[in-house]
Amino acid sequence: MPVESIFPRLEPLLPRVQKPIQYVGGELNSQIKDWDEADVRWALMYPDAYEVGLPNQGVQILYEILNERDGVLAERTYSVWPDMEAVMREHGIPQFTVDAHRPVGAFDVFGVSFSTELGYTNLLTALDLAGIPLEAADRTGEHPIVLAGGHAAFNPEPIADFIDAAVLGDGEEIALAITEVIREWKAEGRPDGRDGLLMRLAASGGVYVPRFYDVSYLPDGRIQRVAPNRPGVPWRVEKHTVMDLDQWPYPKKPLVPLAETVHERFSVEIFRGCTRGCRFCQAGMITRPVRERSITTIGAMVDQGLKESGFQEVGLLSLSSADHSEIAEVAKGLGDRYEGTNTSLSLPSTRVDAFNITLANEFSRGGRRSGLTFAPEGGSERMRKVINKMVTEDDLIRTVTTAYENGWRQVKLYFMCGLPTEEDADVLAIADMARRVIRAGREATGRKDIRCTVSIGGFVPKPHTPFQWAAQCDHETVDRRLRALKDALRGDKEYGRAIGLRYHDGRPSIIEGLLSRGDRRVGKVIRAVWEDGGRFDGWSEHFSYERWTDCAAKALAGEPVDLGWYTVRERDEVEVLPWDHLDAGLDREWLWQDWQEAVDGTEVEDCRWTPCYDCGVCPTMGTEIQIGPTGKRLLPLSVV
Amino acid sequence: MPEGPAPAPVSQRLRVRYAKRGRLRFTSHRDISRAVERAVRRAGIPVAFSAGFTPHPKISYSGAAATGVASEAEYLEIGLTEPRDPARVRADLDAALPPGLDILDVVPVATAPGEARAARPSAFADRLEASEWRIRLDGVSPGDAAAAVAAFMAAEEIEVERLTKKGRRTFDVRAAVSTIEPDRRAAEAADAPCAILRMVVRHSTPAVRPDDILTGLRQVADLAPPSPPLVTRLAQGPLDAATGGLADPLDPDRETGPPHGEDAATGVGREPALPGDATSADAVSA
Ligand code: B12
Ligand code: SF4
Repeated sequence: MPVESIFPRLEPLLPRVQKPIQYVGGELNSQIKDWDEADVRWALMYPDAYEVGLPNQGVQILYEILNERDGVLAERTYSVWPDMEAVMREHGIPQFTVDAHRPVGAFDVFGVSFSTELGYTNLLTALDLAGIPLEAADRTGEHPIVLAGGHAAFNPEPIADFIDAAVLGDGEEIALAITEVIREWKAEGRPDGRDGLLMRLAASGGVYVPRFYDVSYLPDGRIQRVAPNRPGVPWRVEKHTVMDLDQWPYPKKPLVPLAETVHERFSVEIFRGCTRGCRFCQAGMITRPVRERSITTIGAMVDQGLKESGFQEVGLLSLSSADHSEIAEVAKGLGDRYEGTNTSLSLPSTRVDAFNITLANEFSRGGRRSGLTFAPEGGSERMRKVINKMVTEDDLIRTVTTAYENGWRQVKLYFMCGLPTEEDADVLAIADMARRVIRAGREATGRKDIRCTVSIGGFVPKPHTPFQWAAQCDHETVDRRLRALKDALRGDKEYGRAIGLRYHDGRPSIIEGLLSRGDRRVGKVIRAVWEDGGRFDGWSEHFSYERWTDCAAKALAGEPVDLGWYTVRERDEVEVLPWDHLDAGLDREWLWQDWQEAVDGTEVEDCRWTPCYDCGVCPTMGTEIQIGPTGKRLLPLSVV
Repeated sequence: MPEGPAPAPVSQRLRVRYAKRGRLRFTSHRDISRAVERAVRRAGIPVAFSAGFTPHPKISYSGAAATGVASEAEYLEIGLTEPRDPARVRADLDAALPPGLDILDVVPVATAPGEARAARPSAFADRLEASEWRIRLDGVSPGDAAAAVAAFMAAEEIEVERLTKKGRRTFDVRAAVSTIEPDRRAAEAADAPCAILRMVVRHSTPAVRPDDILTGLRQVADLAPPSPPLVTRLAQGPLDAATGGLADPLDPDRETGPPHGEDAATGVGREPALPGDATSADAVSA
């Protein structure tokens, strides 16, 4: 059956919406494949605005890998802004892909990438606009399989009613495996319909189908048990880990948009995983172990990516880029290769040590040394021990002193507020630290124009981390501590003016907390918020705390649980957590022990450089640490 | 603090005419300038850069049609560090740009022998005295359009009001229009019932844009198109007083020899107002 482009209907309406170019497609390196020649068709979505979603690496990688295969087609779709949503509803235009403007409802798979939980309401908008029933239970053979991936998929329970399936971990191999299962199922004449396909996927143990699991609750509201409700469905679902990143050098042909987006650069992941063991960091826990991409592959990817895109900036991505075993060689090699070509390099590293500055110097060759970022995360020594951010205040002062001596004028410091065991004094210690930073800078340089910006985020406990049992700090306390910090800095005659403070109010973090550690009952809240008009919850101008609290109160009225139960309540060791049947490889006992050690302020080392401490991942997942040095050199490729 | 080596000087300047077609008419001026910068890099064209901490490629634009307006006649100028064959640049740049942003013509800027002077886009912008527009109005009958045009031409003055960057402003749109007529033949050949207008509009301050003229037509003759108009700029250039038509603004560069008269004139200091959205109306120099 031919599927028509909706573009002829859309085009006359585009002058009525903001930034119409975001709905037009036609990005460089985007592709349109023949519909009828494809056996399996994916619509991939990043559930945020095009300007945020287009640069997303996860979607770009899957898009390219799928389209490379014969008989497989992948297109992209993003959240439409409310003005466009209104126009689409008025004219009956369905959620469409930006590639060939095909209706999302016509694809086999609707794969949605969640790097944050704040995209859940946008998922509902897209489903509704696509004409796909919101609840998985109401879908029939004619609807796509709605598949969630990305970091938030490690606890998809809050959206369990709305998705058909979820995938944990790296998507490269599993997306292809799912494609094969669908291809076979279709070739065999779709035996047992939709459930037949989901059953095949679930039986593999690598795809989670929430509908095949029943959750029962204790009278007090805690979960009693999560169990498969039919034979052949495994008790636990495992995450996927790509070993040997050199075999998967994607994106090869980065998408280059016409519209302006949040990232205008070519990014290369230089490794996946992180074993520094920061206890608040879900990404670090769920992406273990560390797998480096080799210096030669990095060099080749940068070369090809720049040629294919025309971008002027290269970003070396990872969770802690300065930790790559050959980062100095990579930095020097790229610096030499692109000297004099107006190509800039960036390294989103926030490591607090002098090595970071050596690197930053290399990356800013010939350019302006405006700002350097460090992330001590906790204000006091005690707090940093709790979160396992192993850096002393003296380390930090030494590091920033070197930075200022090297010509950097501004230092940015990242912190969190509301961490477990935190007291007012821990947050006020941030002010002392910032003062010491300025003092050190003035002494080192003899200049008065030294600046320091303090950026503070609210801490949200996340699944699969040692803090998954912790009580989230209530927003009144967070706001009070931040106000006290602000007053302390503002009242400081000597240093106050040199210190900038950036923070948000604590309320959005509570909602993020609800969505992060929620269970299936939270689905009713999400739906109520969406029905009440909730959209784009990651955007402060769209987010409404009152709407969320009102809807939570209403939707959970008949339950023994409420917003506070999900967020500010500490869990004990035996409580069944909503994601316990989803396996990130982390040993539950190890996590609990790490939580206990956190409270005691006991630190744990990085297993890259010290012996394995049995977090559980490598033996469970059959993975191993893959790091250099390889001793090879970045290929001195000629520059265009 | 290191400043880096001085950037290589400009040894050749190229004037480029390009089109913005089809769905790419929804690109904004900023979108286009980013796309051109990337295409220049991909095509390996040796573009010159400005000095300073954040060097910018030397690409300047002479007015730009508004977002949503298609165009067959947009102009930009690129400074190169090494001379290149204009025909090659045309082909390479066109291949590196997405279809819909199409390079139509590339000519070297005429300069005195051995002299590569600093870019003065305003001198070129002065040649762009007027634009020729085509406006397609779907769902409007050719008869209604013709009547509206007649009423428009008969008026002495048509005051319209629009929100500009400086607030609400009222200005006359009639004086800027040198010709306007319905194109019946094109309308008959179109894929759907519509009226098509063609007009030549002088660049003035404030800029009289195609939608201002539509506002004028609505005021004088109640012409209210049921769907958004499809506007295309067909040409820009010096106004030929005799024919009321437009000459090719690149022609002076095509003539070899010493620089053209107006290139030497002091075009600096005058901001030419061009049609297009207010933000992109000024010559944007890199
Ligand atoms: C670049 C980046 C950004 C950029 C770009 C975002 C974008 N458009 O992609 C910007 C600056 C905008 C950004 C913003 C934010 N970010 Co951010 N960001 C990153 C960073 C550094 C890299 C992300 C990346 O590209 N990874 C590489 C890709 C390939 O991985 P991936 O997307 O996970 O995709 C793989 C799999 O997950 C899977 N997959 C993904 N989707 C799907 C879908 C399907 C169907 C399948 C089958 C598989 C699949 O397959 C992919 C390939 O293996 C990470 C840190 C890191 N190194 O991961 C943080 C990170 C992802 N960001 C984070 C956060 C918190 C945010 C913000 C919420 C911050 C804030 N408070 O505003 C916002 C949210 C923005 C938004 N609305 O989405 C956290 C996520 C927290 C968590 N869950 O652990 C991270 C992990 C940083 C951290 N350590 O805390 N971010
Ligand atoms: S299992 Fe051992 S080596 Fe593997 S990530 Fe955990 S601690 Fe590190």
